[in-house]
Amino acid sequence: MLGIEDKWVAAAYILCIASTVLCVVYGLATWNRGQEKDEQVAEDIRWAEEEKKVEKEL
Amino acid sequence: MLAEAVGLPEILVVLAYLMVVFYLGWLGYMHTRTATDYMIAGRKIHPFVMALSYGATFISTSAIVGFGGAAGLFGMSLLWLTFCNIFVGIFIAFVFLAPRARMLGHHLDAHTFPEMLGRRYQSKFLQVFAGLVIFLFIPLYAAAVMIGGCLFVATQFGIQYETSLLVLSIIIAAYVVMGGLKGVMYSDALQGSIMFIGMLALLIFTYMKVGGITAGHERLGELAALVPAKLQAIGHRGFTAMPPFGWGDIKYNMWWLVIPTITLGVGIGVLAQPQLVVRFMTVKSTRELNRAVLVGGVFILIMTGVAFTVGALSNLFFAEHGPRMTGRVIKTLDEEKGQAVIQIMKMDDSGKWADVEDKKAPVLLDGEVVGSVTVDGEAVEVVQGGSISIVYAGGDSGKIIPEYITTAMPKWFGLLFLLTLLSAAMSTLSSQFHTVGTSIGRDVFEQITGQKGKGIAVTRMGIIVGIVIAVLWSYFWRESTVIPRATAIFFGLCASAFLPSFVGALYCKWMTRAAAIWSTVIGFAVTSFWLLLVKSAEAGDIGLVQKLTGGKTSILAGKPNWDWVDPIVVALPISIIVAIVVSMFTKRPSDEHLAKCFKGSK
Repeated sequence: MLGIEDKWVAAAYILCIASTVLCVVYGLATWNRGQEKDEQVAEDIRWAEEEKKVEKEL
Repeated sequence: MLAEAVGLPEILVVLAYLMVVFYLGWLGYMHTRTATDYMIAGRKIHPFVMALSYGATFISTSAIVGFGGAAGLFGMSLLWLTFCNIFVGIFIAFVFLAPRARMLGHHLDAHTFPEMLGRRYQSKFLQVFAGLVIFLFIPLYAAAVMIGGCLFVATQFGIQYETSLLVLSIIIAAYVVMGGLKGVMYSDALQGSIMFIGMLALLIFTYMKVGGITAGHERLGELAALVPAKLQAIGHRGFTAMPPFGWGDIKYNMWWLVIPTITLGVGIGVLAQPQLVVRFMTVKSTRELNRAVLVGGVFILIMTGVAFTVGALSNLFFAEHGPRMTGRVIKTLDEEKGQAVIQIMKMDDSGKWADVEDKKAPVLLDGEVVGSVTVDGEAVEVVQGGSISIVYAGGDSGKIIPEYITTAMPKWFGLLFLLTLLSAAMSTLSSQFHTVGTSIGRDVFEQITGQKGKGIAVTRMGIIVGIVIAVLWSYFWRESTVIPRATAIFFGLCASAFLPSFVGALYCKWMTRAAAIWSTVIGFAVTSFWLLLVKSAEAGDIGLVQKLTGGKTSILAGKPNWDWVDPIVVALPISIIVAIVVSMFTKRPSDEHLAKCFKGSK
């Protein structure tokens, strides 16, 4: 397949492309999923403010 | 001197690039441009910018030059690593681990990977231990990244390795001072974009040069006879073939190198990379993680998939179009395909052909006779042909990709590729040194002394020490085969020491503090034992085992395959078993603590 005689290497080649397709399909299917709720956002912002301090130390 | 060797246009383009990157870094320093700023301000960031900045952090010169070179030596079987990079490193990591890591980090107000483990398992020891391991071993991985960049610069511009190391060190130091460690989204994304364009162009050029996808692969497969005998003995069966799997014979050594060490070590090790886990936490919402799966998958395919495919195909390019080697046939490998081992010869000043001492090469003959010579009273033809990549790289797999770019690609492409590699190096190094600094400052110093917020000086000192160690390592340990090895050591160590505790922290409420501590310590101890005394490539370099055994490079030397087995094969299962068994006999965390950790999730 694709000029690669060894089926295990051909499988790796195909699986690389197949797993990329999986990532693309998953990304498209969940493009708008996963928005945080308000209470979570408040916690996230508190976390981010602390993270800002960590960054400043660098 | 540098201008003479490199050329003024190249220097100007690199300077212009650096100015843009530094300007973006400075903007981030002055204003609000990091992921954290976006989170605080509640602003949206384009998913492409987000994912490209991730990709730029994950993929380094180590992957492109080091592992690309390994593919040039071992062939396309390395594509199993690309599959793992995409399926495990992107899909599994982003879909299953990242949302939970982000949630746990935010619930526990953890800002580093050791801090997350320490707070989840309520163990200061675990945080300090993990911080120390990361602080001590990340410079090894950083050195692999630096060596990859230096080798390319040195080969591309024909300058000394030391000079390129000096220049790269100055650039990195300046980048750090300019605020580059803060992971400014737009400079990371710019670097990611350049990497993407550079690698895509490399793939297209290469397939064009070798006559297309199918034809290129077929002809690459026909070069199997040119594989040096030493590699054939350990199981190399050609550049498009898997090495044989088995146990108890040295012909299985290559399988044990390609699959457990390279594919599993790096492919699975990526899941417990401290700098990657921190990236998960700085994402604004899990929606960004979902979106990053799309861009990340494509990005990694174009990075490692291209590097490994091109690395392997470079053999075909060199054999068919590389600089011609002349000599007399001393062994026919495949008469039909015109493959033979030649004694390299050169024409001297008087016009006579003479052997170049100790220089032999397997070549694909191009059918031309360029002269004749008398050997032992017999007239022998002087023929010419092209050899495989490792021969042109002088036996140094890390030089394969740089040699290929220099020989096969137009000069302007070398420049684009230089920017690609600089981008890959800078974005990865900045996240590595970020992690070095927070490990020693926040995780070790602040935890041991109890002085919260007082670790700034230690953090900064830690970064300087980390950079100096990485530069020294790059200077003394420049052997290019070190790149994939050092990367695999760090990734394998992270997997064996941290993966069970990390996955347990996210998914297993039953996992106890004692289990996490023992699993981490034993994973680390077994890996260290294996690297010091068993795996001959590393143990032999370190030297302790020779002192203990009177010169052997492994305590299991002479027992085929054992001394090629990667620590991850032994250490990770032991670490998992320890985590499960110790959890069965020790006290579970309190319900209140678990409720805090897993608030809002099942």
